Amino acid sequence: MIIAERKPIEEILSIIGDVDSVLIAGCATCVADCMAGGEREVGILASALRIAAAQRGKQLEVLEVTVERQCEREFIEKAREKVDRVTLVLSTACGVGVQAMAERFPNKPICPGVNTKFLGLREAEGVWSERCAACGDCTLHLTGGICPVARCSKSLLNGPCGGSKGGKCEVSEDVDCGWHLIVERLTALGQLDRLEVNIPPKNWAASRDGGPRKVVKKEYRDEERE
Amino acid sequence: MKSGSNLEKVLAAGHFAVTAELGPPMGCNMEPVRKKIELLRGTADAYNVTDCQTAVVRMSSIATSILLVREGLEPVMQMTCRDRNRIAIQSDILGAAGHGIHNCLCIAGDHQSFGAAGKLKGHPGAKNVYDVDSIQLVGILKQLRDDSRQQGGDALDGPVPLFIGAAWTPLGDPIQIRTTRLAKKIRAGADFIQTQAVYDIEQFAEAMRKARDKGLHERAAILAGIIVPKSAAMLTYMNKSVPGVIVPQHLIDRMQAAADRRAEGIRIATELIEQVRRIEGVRGVHIQAIEWEAAVRDVVGGAGLLPRPVV
Ligand code: SF4
Ligand code: SF4
Repeated sequence: MIIAERKPIEEILSIIGDVDSVLIAGCATCVADCMAGGEREVGILASALRIAAAQRGKQLEVLEVTVERQCEREFIEKAREKVDRVTLVLSTACGVGVQAMAERFPNKPICPGVNTKFLGLREAEGVWSERCAACGDCTLHLTGGICPVARCSKSLLNGPCGGSKGGKCEVSEDVDCGWHLIVERLTALGQLDRLEVNIPPKNWAASRDGGPRKVVKKEYRDEERE
Repeated sequence: MKSGSNLEKVLAAGHFAVTAELGPPMGCNMEPVRKKIELLRGTADAYNVTDCQTAVVRMSSIATSILLVREGLEPVMQMTCRDRNRIAIQSDILGAAGHGIHNCLCIAGDHQSFGAAGKLKGHPGAKNVYDVDSIQLVGILKQLRDDSRQQGGDALDGPVPLFIGAAWTPLGDPIQIRTTRLAKKIRAGADFIQTQAVYDIEQFAEAMRKARDKGLHERAAILAGIIVPKSAAMLTYMNKSVPGVIVPQHLIDRMQAAADRRAEGIRIATELIEQVRRIEGVRGVHIQAIEWEAAVRDVVGGAGLLPRPVV
């Protein structure tokens, strides 16, 4: 799931500036699960904005809408009527949702209300952590199902650096050493010998480094289907 | 000879090798480097020039190494994977070799958040690279040298004479992987290995035994790391906070009780050299007297390793 975190209220206030009407557009999928931008958070943010406006003696109309998935065009369409009524839209969806809205409503300022963080997992109630960096060439089978690209602070592919201590990364005592986890897991699986193979430099072209990526499935495309 | 470097020749001739560290200045002033050069001259076979250690900006390892070459000292240029992608690394290595730098130590490098952990601010907000890891970097250097080929496969106009080094933290967590890591570095092409600082001789000897069991000591020259201690506080700090460094309590007590701590630090370093020297497979020492270069001559001399051989 995509993990996001609501921007601080001061930043949101500065983003919306002195407009007189705003639509807070939430998304009921990932950002709802990580409690950053679902219907509930949209409601809370709307109240916060109304209170902030009242405190400053300003007129601000705040509308609310939450669509099923803001990253899908047909769902966004359901927000059109409200979008038309405001000066600015503050989307609490992930960056994809914000951009989908911007594409759909070219004449309307669409602003982000959350910081999109990473692809992650809910570890425990109220705790999410990064699991995948979308490198485009998954090699989890080599590392016991734990990703060194996303979970080692240096994205090392051939084992831990010399900075791991007590299972924690040299970056911070709050960060698990990804390689420590890999070694533990492979030990438990009796597969530690898998780490003896030298892994060559990764082809990052499949990652963001190759430029913006696109997936095309020809079999689903009418114009390209033979 | 792979590189013809002095370090390679000293090792090939069967001498017990000595390398020492030289940290570049935080500025563009060459004078502090020249001072360090004079303090260190003649004390080692080659001198490691660090590459923005702890992710704090300093004069580049390459530029500082060139000064060493000009002054007649042989550098071991350190190269981290943190700041450069494979294109920049190879380009820098070619330039370095062209300037007469023929030893290169391949390391991942401290993460950029590291600098902020100490007294300095560093650049914790920097974008890091880590395009390749240290083991892959060793392999890239080997390919430049042995195949005259870049990592991507393009040919070079000739081989690049390099003596390739890698680091080893034998007592680092997770410890069960440390021999494997060493083996991978050597398989990738490391000619010499410099270890993390050794204080616990017994545990280091055990790690060396595991390395010998795999015959690794015969395939690469292992140089044991010696950090010259300055105070009991420094030893306590290293024991607690530096990954892979285990300092036995008796050394801390000894330092604490000493009337002249600096003299005691030099004595401890000298004794450590004598002890690691007796461990089968240790072919030299790598001495780090962090910002205390004046100590190196006493340490190396005290261990009976002066003058350095001429090969
Ligand atoms: S290897 Fe790549 S795709 Fe697989 S989990 Fe890691 S970052 Fe994600
Ligand atoms: S301590 Fe572990 S997670 Fe952190 S950089 Fe080193 S290997 Fe990666």
